[in-house]
Amino acid sequence: MPPAEAGTAAGPAVTGEPAAEPAVELRGLSRAYGERVALAGVTLTLPRGATLAVFGANGAGKTTLLRILATLLSPHAGTARVLGRELPRDGWAVRGRIGLLAHDPLLYRELTGRENLAFHARLHGVAPARVEALLEAVGMTRRADEPVRTLSRGMTQRVAICRAVLHEPELLLLDEPLANLDPGAAGAAEPLIGASSGAARVVISHDVEHGLGGADLVLGLRGGRQALLAPAAEVDVATLRELYA
Amino acid sequence: MSAGAPVPTRAVVAALIRKDLRLELRTRKSVPAMLLFSISTFVLFHFGLDARSLEGDMAAGVLWVTLLFASVLAINRLFVAEREEGGFDGFLLAPVDRTALFLAKATVLFCFLVAVELAAVPAFAVLLLEPSALPGLPELCLLLLLADAGIAVVGTLVGALAVQTRARDLIVPLLALPLMIPVVIAAARGTAPLWLEAGAEAVPGRWPAILGLYDLVFGLLAYAVFDYLLDE
Repeated sequence: MPPAEAGTAAGPAVTGEPAAEPAVELRGLSRAYGERVALAGVTLTLPRGATLAVFGANGAGKTTLLRILATLLSPHAGTARVLGRELPRDGWAVRGRIGLLAHDPLLYRELTGRENLAFHARLHGVAPARVEALLEAVGMTRRADEPVRTLSRGMTQRVAICRAVLHEPELLLLDEPLANLDPGAAGAAEPLIGASSGAARVVISHDVEHGLGGADLVLGLRGGRQALLAPAAEVDVATLRELYA
Repeated sequence: MSAGAPVPTRAVVAALIRKDLRLELRTRKSVPAMLLFSISTFVLFHFGLDARSLEGDMAAGVLWVTLLFASVLAINRLFVAEREEGGFDGFLLAPVDRTALFLAKATVLFCFLVAVELAAVPAFAVLLLEPSALPGLPELCLLLLLADAGIAVVGTLVGALAVQTRARDLIVPLLALPLMIPVVIAAARGTAPLWLEAGAEAVPGRWPAILGLYDLVFGLLAYAVFDYLLDE
């Protein structure tokens, strides 16, 4: 396994924003829950428009990393800069520029898909027309008026994808984004949350082959520590499988 | 509006209120429970006190203590959807002023209390008051609205704190009831002269004033600290 070291993705060039400001820049990022260390010394740089694939067994610290990047959790040591702003101090400046698709869909079960999206659209100051466009894009227009509690997991995931990209975020934080999606739905979601979305992406996946395929940079976590950091082109599937051993 | 630009607080508060009222209309978990509790309590007092009607301090005390306990039911559930269905995370990811959530939740709790009182107070009058006690209605409405505002403010603060703990059902009454003692005292003392056996007397101005002051102080306090309650 390659040694853990700081790295930079050989991803797409930055456009629009100053090239010096990466999408994500972490230096010695650490976080603990009481005595248990969830994340220790994670250091990496992810350019704008690039994709970081995060691998690791359950409890490796992947979700903690995602929640810190989403401004929902504060680091206990080290620094985290997201879209050029330091967290948690400047979290207010990047909220609304981040899209989070977590394990929990963040949808009210008693509201319909359309009502949930309309609610989040109001929170983000997004026009209602965007809701309809997204529902159509993921093939949920016909079922959009049914309460989320009555939808299958796959359909709930489609609505959750719409919620995550409603405000056209510059950074997408995705935890198993294609979980429960059939191939058709996964294809429909690709322009919204895939590499072609144009957003920088941090993707947690247990599907080693698929996760590696769309990545520019790979981070492997083991027990909260950075066990692997390398450009995706230099990492093979066998190396990643060792993280789960 | 450009991506990530702050959204006006008024629009956010309106969206949150609309969402919460829609959830309550659909699930009917808070208001019916409060109403059932209130009316059941009045019925129990009606038979338990073995009195055809109450007056003065006793009547006021029964009404206000019952309404206070009923409010605990709503406070317990106020943030449950945010906690269990990811509402907190969804809200915290948006470019909004966090105190919008406090303003919205306090308004929703206030609406729940008013809705309950629209049915519970007439039921109280039928079960426990003399018909002659009705002329004090405008003063009673004023006291109800002032007390509801205080309960809504403190209840929202306590609800946000308690929902982060595992013992939510225990924490809410433990924190809310002592904090609301001034509300019960001022509201009951203010209401008692309306229901005297000899006929209604004017409400001493100090009791509505105390309720108004309580609302103001706790409103400012809650507004100042609510942001910190939303931190991890």
